[in-house]
Amino acid sequence: MSNKTLTLALMDPPYESANSTTALRIISAALKKGINVNVFAYEGAVNLPFKDQAPHANPVKGTTVEEEDHPTTKSFVASLLEIGKSSPLLTWVNCGLCVDERGAGNSVEGVKRGGPADFLKMAQDSTNTLVIPTK
Amino acid sequence: MTNYLFIECRDPFESKDTQFVAETATALKQRDNEVTVFLVQNGVLAARRNARGSHLSQLAKAGVRLLADDFSLRERGIQAAELLPGIQQSNIDALTDILVRENTKAIWH
Repeated sequence: MSNKTLTLALMDPPYESANSTTALRIISAALKKGINVNVFAYEGAVNLPFKDQAPHANPVKGTTVEEEDHPTTKSFVASLLEIGKSSPLLTWVNCGLCVDERGAGNSVEGVKRGGPADFLKMAQDSTNTLVIPTK
Repeated sequence: MTNYLFIECRDPFESKDTQFVAETATALKQRDNEVTVFLVQNGVLAARRNARGSHLSQLAKAGVRLLADDFSLRERGIQAAELLPGIQQSNIDALTDILVRENTKAIWH
């Protein structure tokens, strides 16, 4: 078990940028190495764990919801929170004001509400911090 | 000595500001820092041997370590044999290791 902690600040909303995929890959890789991970989701990124996301069929290809097996970011985040529920620990904090603006309060289990002060504390207590901004 | 890690996700043929990474990484290396540029997403498009005017050759000559994410390469149909000399195929595990190395500053671009 590592005593290291990595903090990430995310800003991109789901389904907009490959940044989200890369961020989720980094979180997954870190947890598999036993590294604790903090995520501070800001602006559109608070929608990554939004529980009301629904997979859809693909009318262009004529596939059903089941055949399409469309991945949702809420499922990825929920799986990562399950992996990181104790040791290693994944702490996911959504910016509260960003959540309220977007009506995105219904998150998957384990997501916390916070603010920029939480991000500062996370960064101060971490081995390193990576900010992934929108372009 | 500080370790600097630039994570470059931008395609230089779309965003000319990738020159920022080339110039900053080179300057940091010239000041005896350890510098790595990790190419990810569309950033790997510059890693192709046939990519004209790529800024990566300049970085390789300066002694900057150049790594390209295997997942991003695969998504774009780029084989390891097509990479410019000096660029190594790498992966997200290696990126994570670099991120948690002591005295490392990470910059996403």
